[in-house]
Amino acid sequence: MINNESIVEEVVGQFGQKVFGFEEPFGLLTFTTNASDLIEVVGFLKNHPQFKFGFLTDLAGIHFPDNTGGELCSVCMLHSWENNIRVRIKVFVPISDPKVPTLTTLFAAANWQERETFDFYGIEYIGHPNLKRILNMEDMDYFPMRKEYPLEDATREDKIDALFGR
Amino acid sequence: MSNIKIVDAPEGLEGSGFFATSLDKAIGLARSYSLWPLPFATSCCGIEFMATMGSNYDISRFGAERPSFSPRQADLLMVMGTIAKKMGPVLKQVYLQMAEPRWVIAVGACASSGGVFDSYSVLQGIDRVIPVDVYVPGCPPRPEQIIDGLMQVQHLAQNESLRRRNTEEYKALLESYKVL
Amino acid sequence: MEDNIPMAENTLILPKDSNDALALNVPMVEDKQYSTLNLGPVHPATHGIFQNILTMDGEKIVDSEQTVGYIHRAFEKIAERRPFYQITTLTDRLNYCSSPINNFGWHMTVEKLLGVKVPKRAEYIRVIMMELARISDHLICNSILGVDTGAYSGFLYVMQEREKIYEIYEEVCGARLTTNMGRIGGMERDLSPTAIAKIRDLVFNSFPKVWAEFETLFNRNKIFRDRIQNVGAISSARAMEYGFTGPNLRATGVDYDVRVIEPYSSYEDFDFEIPIGHKGDTFDRFMVRNGEVWESLKIIQQAIENLPEGPYYADEDHYYLPPKKEVYSSMEALIYHFKIVMGEIDAPVGEVYHAVEGGNGELGFYLISDGGRTPFRLHFRRPSFIYYQAYPEMCKGLTISDAVVIMSSLNVIAGELDA
Repeated sequence: MINNESIVEEVVGQFGQKVFGFEEPFGLLTFTTNASDLIEVVGFLKNHPQFKFGFLTDLAGIHFPDNTGGELCSVCMLHSWENNIRVRIKVFVPISDPKVPTLTTLFAAANWQERETFDFYGIEYIGHPNLKRILNMEDMDYFPMRKEYPLEDATREDKIDALFGR
Repeated sequence: MSNIKIVDAPEGLEGSGFFATSLDKAIGLARSYSLWPLPFATSCCGIEFMATMGSNYDISRFGAERPSFSPRQADLLMVMGTIAKKMGPVLKQVYLQMAEPRWVIAVGACASSGGVFDSYSVLQGIDRVIPVDVYVPGCPPRPEQIIDGLMQVQHLAQNESLRRRNTEEYKALLESYKVL
Repeated sequence: MEDNIPMAENTLILPKDSNDALALNVPMVEDKQYSTLNLGPVHPATHGIFQNILTMDGEKIVDSEQTVGYIHRAFEKIAERRPFYQITTLTDRLNYCSSPINNFGWHMTVEKLLGVKVPKRAEYIRVIMMELARISDHLICNSILGVDTGAYSGFLYVMQEREKIYEIYEEVCGARLTTNMGRIGGMERDLSPTAIAKIRDLVFNSFPKVWAEFETLFNRNKIFRDRIQNVGAISSARAMEYGFTGPNLRATGVDYDVRVIEPYSSYEDFDFEIPIGHKGDTFDRFMVRNGEVWESLKIIQQAIENLPEGPYYADEDHYYLPPKKEVYSSMEALIYHFKIVMGEIDAPVGEVYHAVEGGNGELGFYLISDGGRTPFRLHFRRPSFIYYQAYPEMCKGLTISDAVVIMSSLNVIAGELDA
């Protein structure tokens, strides 16, 4: 029977100190690894004969402005269909040098999702075949999903209202 | 017994064997009942346009039988859905490719004003890039509202001067959008 | 049901060898002249706004490059500035062909975070609405596939039935397309007798006849099948690599369905099958959607027959909006209403992922709450966005007319694609 404990045991046994921060929010195993070990960890889970995390469900970025030294987070979620179990792997990188290795070598689905994360947060995926903006215009000069940037369209004047507007 | 209604003739002088009216009115009548819409459907409102086109609401009853997907052969640009800033130049190019006479309907809140998407990536109303004749409110508007918007354009077509593009106001308007 | 769709058992069928990728690559030759063709962003065949720059060798597609983002609306950024209640309106506009699924998916995510248990009746009503949404989603996709191959009448015919589904939506929540249906903690009101009568009429009388007729129009139509059979095939291994989910994945022969593998909203109470295809071509996608419509009908029939009695919302004053009548007459209700809508409720800190089976596949909501009035981060796992990447590979070596039907059968919804 494969459950979160057996995965933790196996992963810690394989990688030791390289994986840390184990949590289980709402039953979903979550842990953190270093950017340099990401490929190894994900590859291990994907090719493991019992776990078979063969499906990349989701890949997203998160910005934690207060987490000095690891402001940006790239989180990927794997799903093992045989065992119906999910795992979430986080990588924290500093905002000054946001470099994470690409998962496109393991999952073709990571391609656009990494481009989207780059577009939103500016996380650079090392080795990505075509890392450029995907949703926003190419001449955009900032990463809009970072917390410091405003949501609103700056050119709009009719919505300024002390009570209900901005 | 057919229940097809034929529109009333415009005002004019009528006698045995002749009918005299102004050319504006005759052409306006013809134009208004054969508007060829270009459905520029980007998102949700496009699905409501699909319903408008479908059998229950049937926009063809208003002479818009043929949705023209080529801007060159369209009279009416129906912009339905959110126009992002990335899309703005494309929309303007489509507008420029249309021949006069041309009308524009902004269908839905997004096309009219940006709607709920007051965000960095959405154009806050298509009237920032092209002139608009009729705004249809709603998120999305019901098919009846879209049809009402079309009827407003028909009304415009009937009552405008034949060559509105020659008027000073229209020229000034296009100038303000840097079209011409 | 067409015979050539095998029904799967309850176990997952997975590809045996994960390396049998499609060998459809047409090599680019150095000194050959290729022409470039722009399909979109404004093109009648793209149903939405995407650009495909095709490199053509005569009529063969050698390569293609996609540009998306033409209706990027910054959902995720907006969601960080809106209280939980106000995000429901955003989810409507993700996959606007099946808004109720998105609404309830979001509500269930928040309920998971808050730990709210929804009563059985509300769950059944949700199932009915979600399956109606799935029907209207597949109905549009399949009838538009007909339009793209030149058969307009099927579209006009089934659109009448879609109007009936929209009438049911109107009866239940007051809106047609962007429904904003339900509440966190249940439904906003019970199913009215009119709504139940309309649903019964649809699923027992009118719709099965219409859908059977639609199938006779298309399923064995030689012209239609010649256009779509063996076009845009993808192997199951490759589809998994590309993150396919939903009908497009099931057409390749993998019976992965979130409703079965991780049942939510009482889906485990219903008896239904997962239609699958085997080749993963356009015809299989069409047939899988057709089959799913029948299965959805089956689910709705069971749900409406066995609709449990009881409350239609969870008894959680802090999260569930008070009835409108009380809001207008009592002070406490008004205060609660204001607090809940403005997001002044205490959401717990947490990180939650919840997935539902949307019209196009696994629609996931990844929510991080820091206890504030808005989500700290909300990420939508949008199935269209993920599987549309495979499009260049699927239309390699084929012609433009094939590319059009492949796009149409993938059912890429621009709102979901660009978010």
